[in-house]
Amino acid sequence: MDKKDTMVLDFEKNIVEIEAKIGALKLLAEDEAVNIDDELSRLQKKLEKQLISSYANLSPWQKAQIARHPDRPQCLDYVNALIEDFTPLCGDRRFADDETMIAGIGRFKGVSVAVLGQQKGKDLETRVKYNFGMAKPEGYRKAQRIMDLANKFSLPILCFVDTDGAYPGVDAEARGQAEAIAASIEKCLQMKVPVVSTVIGVGGSGGAIAIATANRILMLENSIYSVISPEGCASILWRSADKVKEATEAMKLTAQDLKKLKLIDEIITEPVGGAHRDVAYMVEKVGEAISKNLNELLKFSGEDLKKQRTEKFFTMGRNLDK
Amino acid sequence: MNWLRDFVRPKVKKAVSTKDIADNLWCKCPACGQMLFSKELKKSMYVCTNCDHHLRLYLDKRLNMLFDNGEYNEISLPKIKDDPLKFKDTKKYTDRLKAYRKETGREDAIIVAQGDIGGVTSVIAAIDFNFMGGSMGQAVGEGIVKAAEIAIKGKCPLITVAASGGARMQEGMLSLMQMARTTAAVNLVKENKLPFISILTDPTTGGVSASFAMLGDVHIAEKGCLIGFAGQRVIEQTIREKLPAGFQRAEYLKEHGMVDIVVRRDEMKDELVKVISILMHKKPNLNRLALK
Repeated sequence: MDKKDTMVLDFEKNIVEIEAKIGALKLLAEDEAVNIDDELSRLQKKLEKQLISSYANLSPWQKAQIARHPDRPQCLDYVNALIEDFTPLCGDRRFADDETMIAGIGRFKGVSVAVLGQQKGKDLETRVKYNFGMAKPEGYRKAQRIMDLANKFSLPILCFVDTDGAYPGVDAEARGQAEAIAASIEKCLQMKVPVVSTVIGVGGSGGAIAIATANRILMLENSIYSVISPEGCASILWRSADKVKEATEAMKLTAQDLKKLKLIDEIITEPVGGAHRDVAYMVEKVGEAISKNLNELLKFSGEDLKKQRTEKFFTMGRNLDK
Repeated sequence: MNWLRDFVRPKVKKAVSTKDIADNLWCKCPACGQMLFSKELKKSMYVCTNCDHHLRLYLDKRLNMLFDNGEYNEISLPKIKDDPLKFKDTKKYTDRLKAYRKETGREDAIIVAQGDIGGVTSVIAAIDFNFMGGSMGQAVGEGIVKAAEIAIKGKCPLITVAASGGARMQEGMLSLMQMARTTAAVNLVKENKLPFISILTDPTTGGVSASFAMLGDVHIAEKGCLIGFAGQRVIEQTIREKLPAGFQRAEYLKEHGMVDIVVRRDEMKDELVKVISILMHKKPNLNRLALK
């Protein structure tokens, strides 16, 4: 990796060291005529091994860190690569346009669709622009507006969930953050078109479920989805922010745990080392998974889709082994 | 007989300590600090006679107040598997549940009851704040789902009484999913063209306010109660400013268009009867007063 400001996670240190050695070796070979092939292939093998062993047994806390990685592909990475003729639509027609909530229409593998998702931003400037991925009531009301549009024109809705949560602020409360989320969940349930939601990074509580009350809920291998942030849980239940690792463990927020609890439908495998190590591959994989699920859903009538969605949520929790 | 050693205590204590006024003869108003006589407080429906602060009300008293003559049938709720995540923080979740069950005599933080309100048979699903802060886990979700089913079956209005800090963290994502489940439940009531009235009491926050509690056809809030999405401490930490006076109180929500009616406790029943009877096209039976 040449990006010097890339964040290195604790368990990635070994990997970064080997990568640095490979980089130095390559540089050396450019200057002098030495044969580095043997050494290079040895290091490459070591790197692969290290990647696999580092990523084979990630703890929930390590997964949370990957889910929050600043280089992790975000909503617009998927939208730009997967949606042809993407046309962003703006505003809730009541108050403002919330840029955090990406919303629009386009074509996904030839099918007209509507798209929703939260964008977090990748550097300081864009993070401020996207309010760190925390949508305000106008964002959720924009989502509702787009859902109505999708329903009217029979466009399946694809959601890319990536938020630490809905924005907690005085202005958001004044404009009814609670109502905006509640109404958004309700709108999802009323849709007579397929709704496929993919948790691509962090699924943070009410702000996430507002656009994840879907027919199919997919999660990336290292993404997380939880009722409260691990930090919030630790400070409330343990009364200490230091207990964040224990909290993350207890909360069962990984894709694997949630699949076991039958709360999500499918896990999308990430490249070894996490989605941020091969964005193009990740985008393609996500596209395939959405396409497969969408094609299955397109066989059903609108009424059936709505019924199935409601039934799906009624069944949750009841279907666990007693 | 030694009068020093064999001193007989006067039997005043015994005379006073009958069951009625056992341990808390006096109660301190959490708002103004005034000491209030328990009997007086009972008469005023737990509203401070000094500053008009509405104290939190026990659930059975709330139901007595809302149903005609205080008569209602409690509906039994399906048994939920405890502790699906085997959750343990500083204490095991199962131990916490046990303690709250012992303390409140209830299985979880919800009661579903059916009875007449102004002569109109109605279903109330009410959350008990005394049970783990009224937090919404699977049991509360199931209660709302069941209440909606009964309302639809009996073609009667559904009333929810919210008093909750939000989702029950010890049930992790299963508690978050209750937001979708309860929303789906009240949505079915609305689709059946039956009134869904949401009563908001102190406090209604987090996952409960961001789901069924904010989706009523009509929202009735009790005077001064706290209603909001995010907790005040979280907001203060985010914006690093002091919060405005009256922020997230019932009156503030009404001003911002989120609540229809803000009532004093003693007016709530009448308002509810009015709304239900109008929406159900029935003449209210005002002779059947609530037990006070």
